[in-house]
Amino acid sequence: MAIQLTNRSKVVSNKEQSFSERLYLPAIVKGMLITFSHLFKKTPTVRYPDQLRSRAGIYRGQHVLKRDENGAERCTACGMCAVACPAEAITMENGERKKGEEHLYREEKYATKYEINMLRCIFCGLCEEACPKEAIFLTDRIVDAEYERDTFVYGKDKLVEKIDKRIDVSIRETKEVAEFKKIPGLKHNELFDNSKQLKKGKH
Amino acid sequence: MISFIIYKFIVCAVVFGLSLGVAAYATLWERKFAAFLQDRVGPDRAGWHGILQPLADGGKMFFKEEIVPNLSNRFLFILGPSLFMMTALMTGAVIPWGADFTMDGKVYSAQITDINIGVLYLFGVVSVGVYGIMIGGWASNNKFALLGAIRASSQMISYEIAMGISVIALVITSGGTLSLREIVGQQDAGVANIVWQPLGFLIFFICALAETNRAPFDLPECESELVGGYHTEYSSMKLGLFLFAEYINMFISSAIMSAFYFGGFNFPFAQELYNAMGLEAGSFWITLIGFGAFFTKIFIFICVFMWVRWTLPRFRYDQLMNLGWKILIPLSLLNLALTVVVEFLRGHIQF
Repeated sequence: MAIQLTNRSKVVSNKEQSFSERLYLPAIVKGMLITFSHLFKKTPTVRYPDQLRSRAGIYRGQHVLKRDENGAERCTACGMCAVACPAEAITMENGERKKGEEHLYREEKYATKYEINMLRCIFCGLCEEACPKEAIFLTDRIVDAEYERDTFVYGKDKLVEKIDKRIDVSIRETKEVAEFKKIPGLKHNELFDNSKQLKKGKH
Repeated sequence: MISFIIYKFIVCAVVFGLSLGVAAYATLWERKFAAFLQDRVGPDRAGWHGILQPLADGGKMFFKEEIVPNLSNRFLFILGPSLFMMTALMTGAVIPWGADFTMDGKVYSAQITDINIGVLYLFGVVSVGVYGIMIGGWASNNKFALLGAIRASSQMISYEIAMGISVIALVITSGGTLSLREIVGQQDAGVANIVWQPLGFLIFFICALAETNRAPFDLPECESELVGGYHTEYSSMKLGLFLFAEYINMFISSAIMSAFYFGGFNFPFAQELYNAMGLEAGSFWITLIGFGAFFTKIFIFICVFMWVRWTLPRFRYDQLMNLGWKILIPLSLLNLALTVVVEFLRGHIQF
């Protein structure tokens, strides 16, 4: 007997078949009874599109560029999301906020062009984690199918949420972020008040 | 004379339509039953629970392009599936579908013809059915099709022998008659033949699985080994004929098994039921009820065919030949010897 280093080896059975095993008929009948029992089991089939499968609460679907309480766009085209994206799906161009556009954009720099290529996007959510302005979130909407490849590049018209139809993304805020926001004294957590800048005449 | 011909035409048309209709809905039932056995739902988008699916499949077959390979033998290419379909339908001519009924004083039989060599006719037609596959495989001018055809034909002729010998034992039990109507009629008087021929039934069932090229004997048409076997090169309606003829073969095999071993259109306590319903012998209703019972048995057998298909893995070719020649033929000879001894002890035959 060879030296055994461990005792994990399994001895393979080399038994001859017994008579009832060689008949095959008892085994066949047993197999057929197993198949028969499946007739009475419930099917897990979902009859799409009449029935829809439920999705997790934090399902990562189509992106949304959010606005703040005053209705101004939060995104400042800083590029953190583009850098974080592992699929290089996000591209943007920035511009300076002109006088009279304070109600449209939150800070002086904003994104004139913001595009996400939905074919490249892998819906990982790293852009949402990287954004310092809480501007981009992933919602549970499914991206529609299209006929042409070019129409999959979504611009600001498809990504920025409408002023009257806001999307609720409170479920994506983690507990740690909610706790952090309660800490007073941090300038980050002060409510951004646009009216002071408007009064001073700065833009 | 004229009315006789008209009546036979009607019966022929009814049996033809019945075979085609059952084959069409057998395609749907195969998919639904297979789905239920596999914890899923079969086709259920076409109509209520998929009832219009065979229409959709038939329409699809019609609209496809008919391709005839360039270097194939054109006449034989078209002859193959036609021959297969013809022999599949011809076997339905001798099966007794119901009891005789009288109308206006004349006796009509619910059977196209009751020749007194019915069993021999059945085996003759089934043997010619092998030609359809062989011709189809040869005429395709395709090595895989030829291999599939060779395997199919060798499988069919091997299992015909065991089937024939087991039916001889059944004929001895039925007192030497080869007519199907009398074999069914004798089961009305006594018990169903399954009681006298359990081993014979088992052998016949296995051989019927092999004759209709159904799993686990479906090596000629499996996709993992032979692409499509003998129907690789066929498209549209000719492929439809091959597939349909296979389902008709399954239907007819189930009918033959029910007639031989389970009493055909008879069922226990039939006479009490007819007396309770107030039907006298020769009524058309008796024929219909008998036909209903026969059809139920056929349906159960078709379900068993499908049940076996989705349970067992496929036989390898040498295992298949081994089973046919070295196991089933000795078993059927043993069955024959046992039957002779039992019939002698029952006093039905003298030496």
